[in-house]
Amino acid sequence: MTHWITTLCFLALLVSGVEILISHPRFYWGEAGNILTPPLFKLPIPASRATVPTGYGYVLPDQNGWSRYLHFQAAWLAVLTGLLYFAFGLFTGHFRQNLLPARADLSWQAFWTVVAKHLRFQSASEADARSYNVIQRLTYLFVIFVLFPLVIWTGLAMSPAIASAFPAAVAILGGQQSARTIHFFVSVLLVVFLLVHIVMVGLAGFRSRMRAMIIGRPATNLEPR
Amino acid sequence: MSKFSRRKMITTGLAVTAGASGLAVAARVAQRYGLIPPDAGGLYGPGETLTYAAQRLLTRHSLAREFAPSQISKPPFANAVDPLGEPFKRLQDGGFTDWRLHVDGMVARPAAFSLAELRSFPVRRQITHLACEEGWSYIAQWIGVPLAHILDLVGTLPQARYVIYRSIQSDWWESIDMADALHPQTLVAHGMNGGELPVGFGGPLRLRVPRQLGYKSVKFITRLTVTDSLKPFGKGLGSASPEAGYAWYAGI
Repeated sequence: MTHWITTLCFLALLVSGVEILISHPRFYWGEAGNILTPPLFKLPIPASRATVPTGYGYVLPDQNGWSRYLHFQAAWLAVLTGLLYFAFGLFTGHFRQNLLPARADLSWQAFWTVVAKHLRFQSASEADARSYNVIQRLTYLFVIFVLFPLVIWTGLAMSPAIASAFPAAVAILGGQQSARTIHFFVSVLLVVFLLVHIVMVGLAGFRSRMRAMIIGRPATNLEPR
Repeated sequence: MSKFSRRKMITTGLAVTAGASGLAVAARVAQRYGLIPPDAGGLYGPGETLTYAAQRLLTRHSLAREFAPSQISKPPFANAVDPLGEPFKRLQDGGFTDWRLHVDGMVARPAAFSLAELRSFPVRRQITHLACEEGWSYIAQWIGVPLAHILDLVGTLPQARYVIYRSIQSDWWESIDMADALHPQTLVAHGMNGGELPVGFGGPLRLRVPRQLGYKSVKFITRLTVTDSLKPFGKGLGSASPEAGYAWYAGI
């Protein structure tokens, strides 16, 4: 349940985030940055504001108003859902049982076994279909405990009022423009995760995985391949 | 089955009732403590209300970060403004000697201040960050009179809850709550980076609200109106921004 709310929020955040980004597709490091400041890098795309020199002869329509409203509303819903998931995960032992890799799996040998299985395009065994392998476990832990907190933190650090109340939260990141730049890169990583995640679910048998995700268990007989 | 569903129905019914009354109480309390923004209606109302309420609880008295003179952006970036009309040009030709800042609404002594009068008031200088909702920003020194001082001079009535401020560009008007209006860093700015406030940055007078995004710092201000409700102004959403699709509260 929390998964699908998160999915919905993620897509809303992605669309509105891209929309906000195109009003100024330049990135800086430090506290301040504008079109008179040398950028860290800029994206080779047109902008939705005429003041930004992009090299394109046209300006995209400005959709920032609803994009910002939607971005923050989806962020609230995602964070509240995330807190529920976190409480639930701790309470039921989901993190410990399903996501924390077993000590034995943390060796390079175990790691390579998983990689080799994937390279040989072996399909999942019955046991594998019910549990996550070590790479999946580490990826999920990284997304849940590193990328999600970081994207929330850098997002909040861009807020002038939050910066006034918690200046250290901005200073550690190197400034408000640095926070914006990190926010961008973390979002890119999350999109990469999403794409790989979808491809993997597709390879694992779309119907059986969807069934597991929606009703909570895989079909008793795995789909023949 | 029937036993199970009856118990479930009772529990669900109780939960829904408790939830609904809980929400109603929360809304009452939030209204009473000024935690509901004027643009709380509509599709994005819940998110806006959560943001505004959370920030009013967390950031009511916090001070915007101030920077060292070495961190001032050189050169600062003056955003594009709509063409300034004939009335502005006439005042500019006269060296802004006839520029007035009118203060009216729920005040004991409505007044109109000239620039010379404003410059004679206690001055505050602060080096703060100005961020635009588009994503760019600059750091500059702002020089001006704390809005709280002006509100004190005219005698704000106790029921005052918001201050509306208007630009000479008639379609640009904004408002802030008393937490921001009385905040020591909210300035009626008449100077910048050691000199007078250039027209490109909103001169001769700009309201600087450093804990909110740039669009709340209205340029070329001519009138302040103190009020207890934003409903009678414009479309009742608080300012020109929500009418154009942008959030009223821009502390994000």
